[in-house]
Amino acid sequence: MKVKVMYFARYRELLGVDTERLEGDFKVLDDVRQALVGKGGHYAVLAEQNLMCARNEELCRLDEPLEEGDEIAFFPPVTGG
Amino acid sequence: MAVRVQQAAFDPGAEVNAMHAANVGVGAVVGFVGYVRDFNDGLDVAGMFLEHYPGMTEKALAKIVVEAEQRWPLLKVEVLHRIGALEPGEPIVFVGVASAHRQAAFDACNFIMDYLKTRAPFWKKESTQDGPRWVEGKQSDQDAAGRW
Repeated sequence: MKVKVMYFARYRELLGVDTERLEGDFKVLDDVRQALVGKGGHYAVLAEQNLMCARNEELCRLDEPLEEGDEIAFFPPVTGG
Repeated sequence: MAVRVQQAAFDPGAEVNAMHAANVGVGAVVGFVGYVRDFNDGLDVAGMFLEHYPGMTEKALAKIVVEAEQRWPLLKVEVLHRIGALEPGEPIVFVGVASAHRQAAFDACNFIMDYLKTRAPFWKKESTQDGPRWVEGKQSDQDAAGRW
């Protein structure tokens, strides 16, 4: 399965990338997160307890099922307003 | 219902007045304006940059407004949030709610801000005397959103 992964704010800066494409045997969103954390280095940030995520521009949980071509985003807690 | 995400400044007074417009069924307008402070968590703040997730931001705000409209009898709702570089004293966000009676307008405005602070994909990066820093999410904001 191919997915598009986006990062925002502190995660984007730390990883030095805002978008990447990933291919793997992903069933739920957490599979993508774990694959990324497994790459080591700064990807360890995606193991943060308060990480937020979205699938196709909607907030979701880590157990969200995925479909081919999904747009996934990882980001720290939001701070607007 | 209108949701606007923009870099340009806005006039809070004009926004509040527009909530009433020509609708004489409106008996109450509640407007919240959030401003950039010149201090935060013990440091002076010289300015900030608002990052967001284009596309998702508008959807997330619209979803919050729809939920407010389902919970309270509202006549008009406006949510305006700025992005990009902002200086202390500038307005960042406006939430306007119009209804026939005040209680619905007060509660809905409060609800929208609490949900915006915890569900809309915006992130603040402050310029301080110690250099730039990302603003951290607060538990008190999570608690406030949990009340509804």
